[in-house]
Amino acid sequence: MDKSTTATLENTATITRRNFFRLLGGGVAVVVSQSCIYGWADSPAVGKDLTVDDDSIAAWIHIHEDGKVSVFTGKVEVGQNIRTSLAQVVAEELFVSIQRITMIMGDTLMTPYDAGTFGSRSIPYMGPQLRKAAASLRKALLEKAAKALKVPVESLRTEAGEIVHDASNSTLPYGSLTRGEKLLLPIDEEVALIAADSWTVAGTSVPKVNGHDFVTGKHQYTSDMALPDMVYGKILRAPAYGMTLVAADIEKARTIPGVTVVEAGDFIGVVAPDPQMATNALAAISVQWDASPQPSKADIFSYLKENAQQGREDDGTQRETRRVFDASENRLEHRVEVQYIAHVPLEPRAAVAQWDGSQLTVWTGTQRPFGVQEELAGAFSVAKEQVRVIMPDTGSAYGGKHSGEAAVEAARLAKAVGKAVKVVWTREEEFKWAYFRPAGLIEVAAALDSDGSIASWEFHNYNSGNAGIDFPYRARTKHIQYHPSRTPLKQGSYRGLAATANVFAIECMMDDLARQLRVDPLDFRLRQLTDERMQAVLETAAERFGWKEAKAAGHGFGIACGFVKNSYIATCAEVAYDRSDEQLHVIRLVAAYDCGAIVNPKHLENQVLGAILQGLGGALFEEIDFRDGRILNPTLSSYRVPRFSDIPPLDIVLIGRKDVPSAGAGETPIVGTAPAIRNAIADATGIKLHKLPMIPQGLKNN
Amino acid sequence: MATLKLTVNRKEYEVDADPQMPLLWVLRDFIGLTGTKFGCGIAQCGACTVHVGDAAVRSCSIPVESVVNQPITTIEGLSDDGSHPVQQAWETIDVPQCGYCQAGQIMTAVALLKQNPNPTDEDINASMTNICRCGTYNRIKKAIRLAAEEV
Repeated sequence: MDKSTTATLENTATITRRNFFRLLGGGVAVVVSQSCIYGWADSPAVGKDLTVDDDSIAAWIHIHEDGKVSVFTGKVEVGQNIRTSLAQVVAEELFVSIQRITMIMGDTLMTPYDAGTFGSRSIPYMGPQLRKAAASLRKALLEKAAKALKVPVESLRTEAGEIVHDASNSTLPYGSLTRGEKLLLPIDEEVALIAADSWTVAGTSVPKVNGHDFVTGKHQYTSDMALPDMVYGKILRAPAYGMTLVAADIEKARTIPGVTVVEAGDFIGVVAPDPQMATNALAAISVQWDASPQPSKADIFSYLKENAQQGREDDGTQRETRRVFDASENRLEHRVEVQYIAHVPLEPRAAVAQWDGSQLTVWTGTQRPFGVQEELAGAFSVAKEQVRVIMPDTGSAYGGKHSGEAAVEAARLAKAVGKAVKVVWTREEEFKWAYFRPAGLIEVAAALDSDGSIASWEFHNYNSGNAGIDFPYRARTKHIQYHPSRTPLKQGSYRGLAATANVFAIECMMDDLARQLRVDPLDFRLRQLTDERMQAVLETAAERFGWKEAKAAGHGFGIACGFVKNSYIATCAEVAYDRSDEQLHVIRLVAAYDCGAIVNPKHLENQVLGAILQGLGGALFEEIDFRDGRILNPTLSSYRVPRFSDIPPLDIVLIGRKDVPSAGAGETPIVGTAPAIRNAIADATGIKLHKLPMIPQGLKNN
Repeated sequence: MATLKLTVNRKEYEVDADPQMPLLWVLRDFIGLTGTKFGCGIAQCGACTVHVGDAAVRSCSIPVESVVNQPITTIEGLSDDGSHPVQQAWETIDVPQCGYCQAGQIMTAVALLKQNPNPTDEDINASMTNICRCGTYNRIKKAIRLAAEEV
């Protein structure tokens, strides 16, 4: 293999045009190998300011002269612990210890473009990307060492950040090979990766890499940051949806020493030297608002149905499904109502913004730093390159921090006062003016054939979304449709999206069909399933739970399963209904989860537990109450989230599948909780609930 | 505005602040101790928990003037290096996910263990009313039990 041929134009196919000219311009040697073209950046001109194309190793991984490794990813850390798991996959492929790796995450200047951290994509997509970059880098290091040592590359191996030549008993540290220079080599898309069954670092429970800083209070969230001469901003907001500003008297606020009032059209904000002063200044503004009629919680479901978009033309499946349904003697119809719920990330939206001439830097907690960069560029009519968004590890998101409201607000105020400004939303602002998981109405109609198989399945989801809407069971005819609608409240992404609602509707119906047939709900599901991974999680959960065992009087068992984005959950619940005090108790939950090869078992279990518990809140009591566009429960005393005393014993079985690529795990486990509990309540009491949340006022009121 | 004398983590501070200002803001924005977090502002979530004497208090809801001349301890004052047994238990169990609530959880747990060195599950449920939205509750319980063995 010739490793020192100078590149010709024919050989440059895999180098982008931009990078190619840069390589030539920098006067660097270009090395050709069989599958791709490598360029070694020897020139000292190739420094920190040079941005590299995203198909280059240098865009993703950099080895410093001292052997430390920086890894660059646009993904962000919000508690899912990908700062740890992504470092693990790099450590695995690069043969370096995890302690040597620093993850640079979610910084629009430093990291390759990334659409955002959502949709359970970090592990299945960013994981392989970083593995390929690390493996390509390791391969390149071996080739470079072979050249330096004048030995065949096959005689070399890598270990703990060094190239080892056993025959001569010599070693070369990675850092001495690259001497801190960037590796402008394209990632080898075909590079061999280490199979999951040979992993030694990936696949183990490496503790949270920066965990120490979280138990000492040292970690700086956006809301903790302070820049020299920084001031604090607050924004005037309408009391309710649909209100517009008529007039505002800012005189009193303006004359408070140290306070500046910033007006720009409908935007009114204040800045002050401390947050209390900013809050007081805001309160000193008297405002006249104009209200417009807005829907209320009481009429939300008819509103969503009435405002649904015209559906696609029936291709015949709906008519046929309906015909089979009408002809069946054994049929059921459900109407499922799902309320708006809030993410309640414990760190509310926060941003610190600083202008330097026309250059803007914003630190903010967002799942989409590059999206917020675009938002800011648009808001201030500057080029994207003039805006840098940095995302410090953030106090959670759960799908609730896709947007950059606080970033734009802080930047607007900072521009007006010529100082760095910090904006931290209050809990009330977070409840009212972030966005919610969509409310939804679901109508399900199902019929059985005389042999107990499913004859027809008709499913309509209004507004909540189409995630998880597919019917995983066999059905002779089916018609499934999502109808987007108009939402009166701001709605957006949420952990699991609409899969929580759709799987709830599916699994409630499946259970009631089984009961109608007087067959065991587990057996009924297993018989109608075709996917062996779904069958496996059901059987595993049921066995761990003791599904077939006897239960105490007043107790009920429930089971449910679901899948989202290549991972599978089955959840079993035991509940008890105490008729004397009319209290429902969730006695225990057991879940089996399969997301393919496991990168970090402990952190995976944490994510599964977290999703199940978040599901518990939405299942039992979480809901946004609103009337005439006004949010009625925008506080943690009126909006209930799960607490210590709400948590039942939980038993999680992780099914490691080393033969299946790792899927993301932040979302899927949420979907099993609500239907498992609902079906257990039906088993214990005969009460069949069709609402999420199920028992915000207790079971007796249903 | 008034000049107030505070003792935080065994150090004396003089701050010029509105006497009614919640202790949380004085700690975070005047003294610069940002380990204590804002979560809800109405003493519901516990992210702002600090110690006044040995008692866990929610600093978002007490005026700074009410704690003048009393020893205040924040997460930064629990130990210099995270070596307090409760912090160590938290690290051993690898409790944090996003970590935002954990300073408050740790401060509440330390106060609980001082009062009750061997809490039962029921004791923990009754005393630990802090919210963790990531759902680390079970690991927090484990860490408290581990710390109880060590203390």
